[in-house]
Amino acid sequence: MSRTMTGAEMVLQVLADQGVEHIFGYPGGAVLPIYDELFKQDRLKHILVRHEQGAVHAAEGYARSTGKVGCVLVTSGPGATNAVTGLTDALMDSIPIVCITGQVPTHLIGNDAFQECDTVGITRPCTKHNYLVKDVNALSRVLHEAFYVARTGRPGPVVVDIPKDIQFAKGEYTGLTNSQHKSYNPQTEGDERAIAAAVELMANAKRPLFYTGGGIINSGPLASERLREFVRETGFPITSTLMGLGAYPASDKQWLGMLGMHGTFEANNAMHDCDVMICIGARFDDRITGRVDAFSPESKKIHVDIDRSSINKNVKVDVPIVGDCARVLEQMIAAWRAKKPKIDKPALKSWWAEIERWRARNCLHYRKRDDVIMPQYAIERLYALTRGYDTYITTEVGQHQMWAAQLFKFEEPNRWMTSGGLGTMGYGLPAAVGVQVAHPDSLVIDIAGEASVLMTMQEMSTAAQYDLPIKIFILNNEYMGMVRQWQELLHGGRYSHSYTAALPDFVKLAEAYQGVGIRAEKPSELDDAIREMIAIKRPVIFDCRVDKHANCFPMIPSGEAHNHMLMGDDLTEEDLEKAITEEGKVMV
Amino acid sequence: MSQPGSAYSLEKREEKPERHTMSVLVDNEPGVLARVIGLFSGRGYNIDSLTVSETEHEAHLSRITVVTSGPPMVIEQIKAQLERLVPVHSVTDLTVLGNPVERELALVKVAGKGDKRVEALRLAEAFRAQVIDASIEHFTFEITGRLSKIEQFIALMQPLGLVEVSRTGLAAISRGAERM
Repeated sequence: MSRTMTGAEMVLQVLADQGVEHIFGYPGGAVLPIYDELFKQDRLKHILVRHEQGAVHAAEGYARSTGKVGCVLVTSGPGATNAVTGLTDALMDSIPIVCITGQVPTHLIGNDAFQECDTVGITRPCTKHNYLVKDVNALSRVLHEAFYVARTGRPGPVVVDIPKDIQFAKGEYTGLTNSQHKSYNPQTEGDERAIAAAVELMANAKRPLFYTGGGIINSGPLASERLREFVRETGFPITSTLMGLGAYPASDKQWLGMLGMHGTFEANNAMHDCDVMICIGARFDDRITGRVDAFSPESKKIHVDIDRSSINKNVKVDVPIVGDCARVLEQMIAAWRAKKPKIDKPALKSWWAEIERWRARNCLHYRKRDDVIMPQYAIERLYALTRGYDTYITTEVGQHQMWAAQLFKFEEPNRWMTSGGLGTMGYGLPAAVGVQVAHPDSLVIDIAGEASVLMTMQEMSTAAQYDLPIKIFILNNEYMGMVRQWQELLHGGRYSHSYTAALPDFVKLAEAYQGVGIRAEKPSELDDAIREMIAIKRPVIFDCRVDKHANCFPMIPSGEAHNHMLMGDDLTEEDLEKAITEEGKVMV
Repeated sequence: MSQPGSAYSLEKREEKPERHTMSVLVDNEPGVLARVIGLFSGRGYNIDSLTVSETEHEAHLSRITVVTSGPPMVIEQIKAQLERLVPVHSVTDLTVLGNPVERELALVKVAGKGDKRVEALRLAEAFRAQVIDASIEHFTFEITGRLSKIEQFIALMQPLGLVEVSRTGLAAISRGAERM
């Protein structure tokens, strides 16, 4: 069915046809016609952010916590360039986003017009795909395609740049069609022979390990269910990347905790010593592998990924399987059951005994203190006191993020929103805004550092405007903690510009933003303060003053292998100085 | 004690670089070439030669022929990364298919007098190069052939008064009756 309407009307019609309920945005000259259409309706809720970066992060939080496509609407020029950090973040973490940008009218493109930038040129390397629409009759088809591209295959951000004259022009609206895309058709079904080979490897494994990632979350709740089923049926241990937390319940005894640079001793040693590695929806990122040529030297590797280019990129694998995690897991379970494998039970038993010895090392141990709040203690208490609630956690980037990943236990997928690939300081607050928009009655907490959160603090104003009772739980040590930790390890403790000497009073800042400020300085007052925070149905900034010098351990120093971890509890200053080799120092 | 390696030392490992010719079928739409080139520059891949032209007008399809070099793992990555681009229909590694037909066209301007001029013309005949422009001071040759032939011809023209060269880059197609 085709109808005649203006470009701006088409935008709203596509959003309606796609079932979009919320859009995060900021108006400006080049999107005014679309904002005028927004004004004329009340179906679609627009959330006015305070900076376009915040709009994209909010859409990311919205998408990650719901499984839907996050939508963004910004103007040309600075509106588009401000969105670039968020788009790159979404690309790195495979978050489905459709970002509509206004553009100067077609006849001015290339003239250095006011608020003009080459949006498609700038966003080409930081989107999954992008479009500049110069024909109003193509607009609705392109927008529908943008949603399709954003959410299918390996999800990612898609930009649709619409010149202002196209928004005014009238054309034919094309509704949703089921026709196949002419060139983009992601493969979801795994190759049966590869699956048979994978199951064969697993059946004969003596020291197997599941290594899963954000792909499980992106694939949807079904993938998590299948994963749980398969892991329990095999009895194999499982670890996950930062992005995959929650896909497998952290309370389960087969769960080894997160792996990687700040992963657990047991997870990393299991990675190093396993003989069959089953990687599902993870990408052998450098935070995971450490020193590549010493990475899991004894193992046969199975890699399930929907993105063929993730396979054999960093680490050569033995059984590549291209497909959607949920579907491939289904196929693997079927193949496993059909095979009725005789598992080497004594071998598996001694593998578990080995893992238990690593686990007994209690790598996340830290020294509790009575006089000052240890940051780890703050996370533990936050976790303990929020267990009964319907909780969603977002984070900023740094030490607090790693402590949260280590100590907050996630039982369900889509509960953990963090910037993994790009490592964007300032992600957590706007992401929390997005999560709270999607889940208005849930407890949404941004576990933050005081440095990160100041990068997007203005979104507190958004939270106030839409009555979003987000909780900003700041582990305040006055340092850029992770920067300082690396300066300690790499640069002789010369803390070059990693201390913020003039921080705002966060309690007053909360009040200035029409929220509530809470401060806790002693371990004895922490629990009550957290309970108070949970009870308040308004935005809260919680200024948790923590030990200023705590560092995040365990840690695989850069340039080292998984079995060379630094443990926090027995380090001397001399150990720290020698921890990273000259070659390791050049790495990030 | 030996120094531990780092992720960045991976490339130093002895994996011999290989030269591959890939044929990429893409929608002929604005920006598609920028996407392909951006992919190569952004990820640090080599482009030894690149040609592009619309080859199927009704379907608006262009064929990009790209010659690249790198270790086998990088070559595999390049193919996978190209396939990931939304407007890309197919990527064929012609080198893997085996011994593709490859041709390039070059225009070679040579200026000179006397013996050198005669010698240039004689060599051009031997190489089956055509004279497409001439004056009493110069010849411009058109030569078609494989990369090695063109390289050799240009090298021979060097001492005979080579002025400048314009090359099309490589066009390539697989052997046999099948479509890629």
